[in-house]
Amino acid sequence: MTGDRFRFPKVEFGPEERALREEVRDFIREERASGGFTPMADSWGSGWSPEWSRKMGARGWLGMMWPKQYGGGEKPALHRYIVTEEMVSAGAPCAAHWVADRQSGPLLLRYGAEEQRRSILPRIAAGECYFAIGMSEPDSGSDLASVRTTATKVDGGWTINGRKIWSSGAHRSHYMIALVRTSPRDMKARHAGLTQFLIDLKAPGIEIRGIRNIAGERHFNETVFDDAFVPDDMVIGEAGDGWRQVTSELAIERSGPERFLSTFPVLTELVRELGPEPGERDAETVGALAARTMALRRMSLGISRLLDEGEAPEVAAALVKDLGTCFEGELVREARNLLPATAASQSPDLYGKVLADGVLHVPSSTIRGGTNEVLKGIVARELGLR
Amino acid sequence: MSDRIVLDTAERILADLCPPEAVNDAETGVWPAALWEALEESGLTLAWVREELGGGGAETGDGFGILKAAGAWAVPAPLAETLLAGWLLEQGGLAAPGGPMTVAPVGPADAVALEDGVLSGTARQVPFARQAGHVALLAAGRILLVEREACALAPGTSLAGEARDDIALDGVRPLRSAPAPEGLDRDRLTLVGAAVRAAQMAGALSRLLDQSVQYAQEREQFGRPIGRFQAVQHALAELAGEAAAAEAAADAAGEAVAAGDFGPAGVAAIAAAKARAGEAASKGAAIAHQVHGAMGFTYEHSLHHRTRRLWCWRDEFGNERVWSVRLGRLIAAEGADALWPFVTGSHAA
Ligand SMILES: Cc1cc2nc3c(=O)[nH]c(=O)nc-3n(C[C@H](O)[C@H](O)[C@H](O)COP(=O)(O)OP(=O)(O)OC[C@H]3O[C@@H](n4cnc5c(N)ncnc54)[C@H](O)[C@@H]3O)c2cc1C
Repeated sequence: MTGDRFRFPKVEFGPEERALREEVRDFIREERASGGFTPMADSWGSGWSPEWSRKMGARGWLGMMWPKQYGGGEKPALHRYIVTEEMVSAGAPCAAHWVADRQSGPLLLRYGAEEQRRSILPRIAAGECYFAIGMSEPDSGSDLASVRTTATKVDGGWTINGRKIWSSGAHRSHYMIALVRTSPRDMKARHAGLTQFLIDLKAPGIEIRGIRNIAGERHFNETVFDDAFVPDDMVIGEAGDGWRQVTSELAIERSGPERFLSTFPVLTELVRELGPEPGERDAETVGALAARTMALRRMSLGISRLLDEGEAPEVAAALVKDLGTCFEGELVREARNLLPATAASQSPDLYGKVLADGVLHVPSSTIRGGTNEVLKGIVARELGLR
Repeated sequence: MSDRIVLDTAERILADLCPPEAVNDAETGVWPAALWEALEESGLTLAWVREELGGGGAETGDGFGILKAAGAWAVPAPLAETLLAGWLLEQGGLAAPGGPMTVAPVGPADAVALEDGVLSGTARQVPFARQAGHVALLAAGRILLVEREACALAPGTSLAGEARDDIALDGVRPLRSAPAPEGLDRDRLTLVGAAVRAAQMAGALSRLLDQSVQYAQEREQFGRPIGRFQAVQHALAELAGEAAAAEAAADAAGEAVAAGDFGPAGVAAIAAAKARAGEAASKGAAIAHQVHGAMGFTYEHSLHHRTRRLWCWRDEFGNERVWSVRLGRLIAAEGADALWPFVTGSHAA
């Protein structure tokens, strides 16, 4: 079966997992009742709330898989999956800690120096320390290996020059992990000579310029490095090993519930609007969208299980992200066909509001984290076509 | 029998005895005798019947593995139907006869009555009725075994060229009869049938992917394999996604049936599987045909062995619309705040 190429093993939840899920649901329900948050689409990308992040940290829901000595909970990946899928499906504001908890922390844990881990990981786990991703550049998008920002060796460290772009939340983050060229480009070894640096965004020589997105939010930035000095101990892993590190990061970045649930709050509010006895056509659309969600979830959960087993299912993750992010857009399109609602951010009803979030953010789903064309290329390579 | 052995046995037999020629021959009315004999001898046809009742006594989940293999190889015989018939007989504690069987009624509108031990009514579009020795029936709250020869038969054909015959049951006396257990009604039979077809579709899609990838690697145009063109690569990546989604959905349905879960969570899993696999069948078959060009549109090429079966199976035991509406209604009845718990199979009710 396809299982021979792409394996999505079954995941079963034990009593501990069920209890955790209930605990998260209780928390969300209470917060919702007391006005702690209003559901939004793309809540993990756009819902920036340090307060929310600290609350999650206090409950032990960040850095869940990390060793206790670094503030973690030593839980399996499945536990983090449960917490994140509950948060994203509810539309809770998780953007502040998202990158740090999902990928920067694990990256430091794997490749970082002991001092970096000791000083930073506990703060991420507490929901107090936020990260930006410094991969893309003005002239390097899909072709990430072409990055031009350089680090030059100087006494005791490196000086960085160049520009990173689209760095989400950099203006509100403490650190950036940047992929930087440490030896000149070699067209024969495109992936060589890249290094990841841990960069303190408050350091001199760094300017962060905001870029407004189409929703009017200051979401991402251009980060300019002008002879910014970075000490030696801020190199992550091995100098020159950046490409391998960055690709392992992408496997976790691409397979989570945020890759198919970003617009789920639209479906929830749609069901509310349609009421307990919808017409046949309405029921059909709701059912079809739920059926797609269920299949995607099973696939995505399967990947979480593989990660727990120590595998790096990069291709399966690309497959799920392609399918899942397309679905996020389909959900919004099909919801629109059912009700004569006007999507508007200031809409008095929640449906009009989450629909507006959905419409305005959906174009980014199939771009961020690798475009769907790039993802399909990864799948095609696995199929033996390239 | 254990998991791996069952599936390995099925794969081996199908690889040996279910070549494209056998599938073509079957469409002209030739019974695939060698294939059937091998399947039956290894206990695969009655995998869902416990050993005391004459069956192979496999785990229900393994039966779904057999069904995926059957879909992958386009088995032109009532393997799925015999499995399903066995499952039905087993529910009534009835011993299963040997040979090919089928199940009726499969259409929601078919009315079959039983009075003083005599049947009346017509079951429509019964799969493989012509080739079946026996029919397992669910009528009047009873599970019945009927000799197919005793029924009048009006032949019909599916999109895949397989028998879908109407059988008139008037005056027929069942060979065996038992009361259906609590909860086993037409709806439950349809649910299990839908899960069966979803598994077959998942298997067929997976092979459709392999077949299409292979074709794209072999067929050359503009001096290179067409699989080198990005448009073709992306189409096949999409097919891979549809195949994987169908399989994930079908596996969840199979697990619900294996666990005997026909409550809201089980019904949701089965409804989602039939709807999602049906959607994947439509999208996947279209992509496979596009990639194969005119060659795939010929009877000569075996692509249609799977695509026509996919088009047939997506309709049977309820098409995507039927199951989406059912799932949508279930969700609406539970309400918006139960939607997410419902999707995760962890709602309270
Ligand atoms: C909301 C948002 C947040 C982001 N956050 C971050 C962040 O925090 N940090 C960061 O580093 N980056 C971030 N990004 C950037 C993101 O990773 C890039 O946008 C992405 O990798 C694509 O690069 P690009 O935008 O330059 O598009 P391009 O690479 O210029 O692509 C444009 C189009 O051409 C297509 N294309 C390109 N190459 C090929 C090819 N070989 N074959 C077929 N089609 C091709 C693409 O698929 C796309 O459709 C973010 C992006 C968004 C939208």
